[in-house]
This record gives sequence, structure tokens and C-alpha cells, in this order.
Amino acid sequence: MRQLDEMQRAFARALLDPREAPVGDDPAGRPDPIRFAVYRNNFAVSLIETLEAGYPALRRLVGEAFFRACAGHYAAQAPPRSPIMLLYGDRFADFVTRFEPLADYPYLADVARIERAWLEAYHAAEAEPLAPAALARVAAHRVGDLCFTLHPSVRIVHSIYPAVSLWRVNVSREVPAPIRLDSGAEDALIARPDAEVQVHAVPPDAAPFLDVLSQGGTLAEAAAEAASASASFDLCAHIAALLKSGLVTAARLRRRRTRPPKRQSVCR
Amino acid sequence: MPARAGVGLKPAHYREVLEARPDVGFFEVHAENYMGAGGPPHRYLAQIRSSYALSVHSVGLSIGAARPLDAAHLRRLAGVVRRYQPALVSEHLAWSSHGGAFFNDLLPVPYHAETLAWVCGHMHQVQETLGRELLLENPATYVAFGESTWSEPDFIAEVARRTGCGLLLDVNNVIVACTNQQWQPSRYIDAFPLHAVRQLHLAGHAADADASGRPLLIDTHDRPVSQAVWDLYARVIARIGRRPTLIEWDQQLPSWQTLQHEAQQAESILNAADAAQGAPHAAAR
Repeated sequence: MRQLDEMQRAFARALLDPREAPVGDDPAGRPDPIRFAVYRNNFAVSLIETLEAGYPALRRLVGEAFFRACAGHYAAQAPPRSPIMLLYGDRFADFVTRFEPLADYPYLADVARIERAWLEAYHAAEAEPLAPAALARVAAHRVGDLCFTLHPSVRIVHSIYPAVSLWRVNVSREVPAPIRLDSGAEDALIARPDAEVQVHAVPPDAAPFLDVLSQGGTLAEAAAEAASASASFDLCAHIAALLKSGLVTAARLRRRRTRPPKRQSVCR
Repeated sequence: MPARAGVGLKPAHYREVLEARPDVGFFEVHAENYMGAGGPPHRYLAQIRSSYALSVHSVGLSIGAARPLDAAHLRRLAGVVRRYQPALVSEHLAWSSHGGAFFNDLLPVPYHAETLAWVCGHMHQVQETLGRELLLENPATYVAFGESTWSEPDFIAEVARRTGCGLLLDVNNVIVACTNQQWQPSRYIDAFPLHAVRQLHLAGHAADADASGRPLLIDTHDRPVSQAVWDLYARVIARIGRRPTLIEWDQQLPSWQTLQHEAQQAESILNAADAAQGAPHAAAR
């Protein structure tokens, strides 16, 4: 007896595809498209509203009606795969990138990526920051071998546009000041070391540095990557800033496979 | 759990609740909203829980699905229950997942032997995993199924009898389902196993019409409780006495004062039932 499963399969298909015949009857035993439409509408609207709640800046940038249409297209092709709706929309920013009507506004996807990172940071696991004193015993010549575990909320969004400024003025309640799109690239560091999510525009050498660290690279490897982005990269300043903002939760020394050619003091 | 009126806890009211410490009987949260790894929702709920009774309402188990339960989701629910130690835990007589997709809605089931077997099996599994009673909520429905062989209240009574589960009587859902299915609310309540009711829900609904022009009520949770729902609630409380009662308001969220006003209206009905039965006044905290 698989009657129930077959009904649910047909019901699910009709929810996902408006061309499919509705399931269920009115009290007289006749099909009624308006009744089934309540379920279709609940499903679609609830997903759109979930996205609306998560992307206030994008909503303001494209307007309410356009956002709802765009979110509706996304929801139709990306139904939730989990009953936890807190993190619904993990591919929405990529969808915005490819959404044909927005092809002339490529900075919008970067704003959406910041908003997604904000949501993930908001719900990320808690973790105690590492006390800077914990690094006091690391010999100066081994500092480059340190691997940092970053706070679970840390997210980095790269943008060739002033994405952080665009995001910030559009989540503020005030009338946004004009922002020139050619006013410079802004990479974003999004994190919630404690109660509040913080969004910072970081200098061009910070994002590659953080990328390497978050992938498990050593400080020396991260510094090398950052130095290729900026000749004036200051490792010590970056380490101090990370520790001070509570974004490092653990540190360990990676064993060297070969001895370095000479001892060098990376940071003091 | 005090047999008083409680309110659904919304993030928009976290701070106000913590600052003003309003006098409400309990708060209810959707389990799924506290399944994030960390973050402000957990911080606020932990603080609020330390001062208030709590009920946990799950909306994602898909109890009425003709497929095995999502074991990972059930473990997550058990984690929320362990962490926050609610007085009551509830789910819906509905399904919400199929073939890996989650529909974020409470979808209807036909009432026949096969559904009964699936629902009872799932209720047993959840109660065993949680090590406690689960309350099953009557649904708001918009369609009927010709293959149903049980009435809705008889079906629910049978689930309660077979699984020993408690029941959450959503009075708004009774009015919505009875209007949409052309049942008599008074007969629905007469057939409903009121002895197993541990909690009640009250909410607002919107009025529409189906393709034939019959009234079609939509369970919107976006406005005050309707007079028909208050009247039926008062009749149920007069019969069963005080029970914890939740004001559900999930959309078009009003001010905290409006929510508390709805809760006070429910409390006045609870108090009136006490007076009628000559029972001691149990409203004081």
C-alpha cells in the first residue's frame, strides 16, 4: 500500500511545477485550483519572505517588487533541502550574478555575498578568542610556522567594487549618500566574535592573507600571498589586529619539513 | 508549565522582553529557529528561558510523511529539547518534506489506515528519542481527500490512543478546517479527545473564497484572534478547565503591547472558567 507516498509525490510535484494538476478536493469532492493555490502560495511566499529578511540591502538597491520577482525565480529553482530555514538561500548570490535582468549591475552580487556572509556569521558557532599571551612562548623565528584557527563566523568577500560602502548605506535607515562605483575595490571581512556581526572593509592585502589562514596555511604562507598583493604588507600589524578583534581561536605550530636556509625573525 | 496564556517569542521582541520582563505565562519558540550552531538567538533564548517557562514547537519533522523521519533532524530537535528543557514539545499532523525538498508549510494528509500507521510509527519514534511526550497539533487544511476513511478528530483520537501522545488543540485551525471542509466546529470539538489536550493555540486568519464561492479561511497568523475563535476557545476551556494557551502571531508582527493584550484576553477567559467552576484562581505567578 503506497497510496500516501504517491499522493505526496504528486502534491510535491504540483507545488514545484504550476503546470502539474492540483491535488486534493473541495468538500463536494471536486478539484479546486484556488484551494491548492493556497499551498503553492504559502510555499513560494515563505521562501521569498525568508530571502527578503536576509537581503535588506539588495532589496533596497533593486526595489521591493524587483526583489520579490528575483527571489521568486530563485525559490522556484532552489527549493529548501533542509527544514532549517535560517540558512536558506546559500546559492542566491550566485543566482544574482547570473540573473539576466541584473547583468548590467555586477556589483549587486557582491552586496548579496556580504549579506549572505552576515547571515552565516550571525548563526555561526560560538568560540572563545585566543588570548594574545598564549603566543608569548612562541620563539620569534617560529612565528612564520604558526597556523591560526579563525573564529567560525569569519567570512571574506572579495569585490572589485566598493561593496562594503554599498552594503552599509543600504542597511542604514538614512537616505544613502551617492557612492561612485569606481571609487575603489573593497574586500569585506565579516565576523561575529561576540554578540554582534561586524562588517569591515579591509585593505587589499588583508583578504588574501585571511584566505590563506582560513584554509589552514601558516602565517609565512599567508604573508607571502599578501605581500604579492601589497609591497608594504605589515605582518605584525595584521596579527595584532586579528588577535585584538578576537578572530583567532587557536594557534598551532606546523612542523617544518626542511630547515629554513637561515633563521629569520618574522615578528617581534 | 503554568496553565496561563503565553506568547510566541519573536526576535523583534527579544530586547523588550528582557528589559521589561512582561508578566506572561510562557514563551513558545519554533524548534527550527534554534538549530543554528550559535549566535544571538541562542543567547537571547537562554536568558529568556532562565526567567520563563518554555514550549518548543517543531515545524519540520514531517510526521505525516510516508517516508522514514529525517534522523538528523530528529537528533537536532532532541538537542534543542536537551538544551532548553521546555515544559511542552509539539509537532503537527502534517507533512512538509518529500524527495529531499522541504516545503516550509504544513501539508495535509488523508485520514486512512496507511496514514495512521505512518503517523503512529513516527510519533512513537519521536517520543522514544526525546524520552518524553510529544503533543500532536490538529491542522488547518484547504483541501479534502476522497480516500479518507476517518473523520479528522476520530483520526487524532486514534493516534493519541495508540501512541499515548498528548494533543495541542489549535482552536483557530478548528475554525479554519471546519469552515473550509464544511464541518460543524461544535461537533468537531465533541469528537475531539479533549482529555489529552495539554496546550491550546490561538491565532488570526484571513477570509477568502474557493472556486465555487464557498468561504475559504487561510491560517495566516498575521492579525488578532477572530471572535469565532475566542467563542469556541471559551467553550472548550469551560469544558476542560485551564490549559496553557499560546497566542501565535508570526506575520505582520504587531507591537509587544498588542501581543500582550491578546494574551490578557485569553487569560480573562481562563479566569472566567475558574470562576464558573469555583476553582482557585491560578493566575498568580
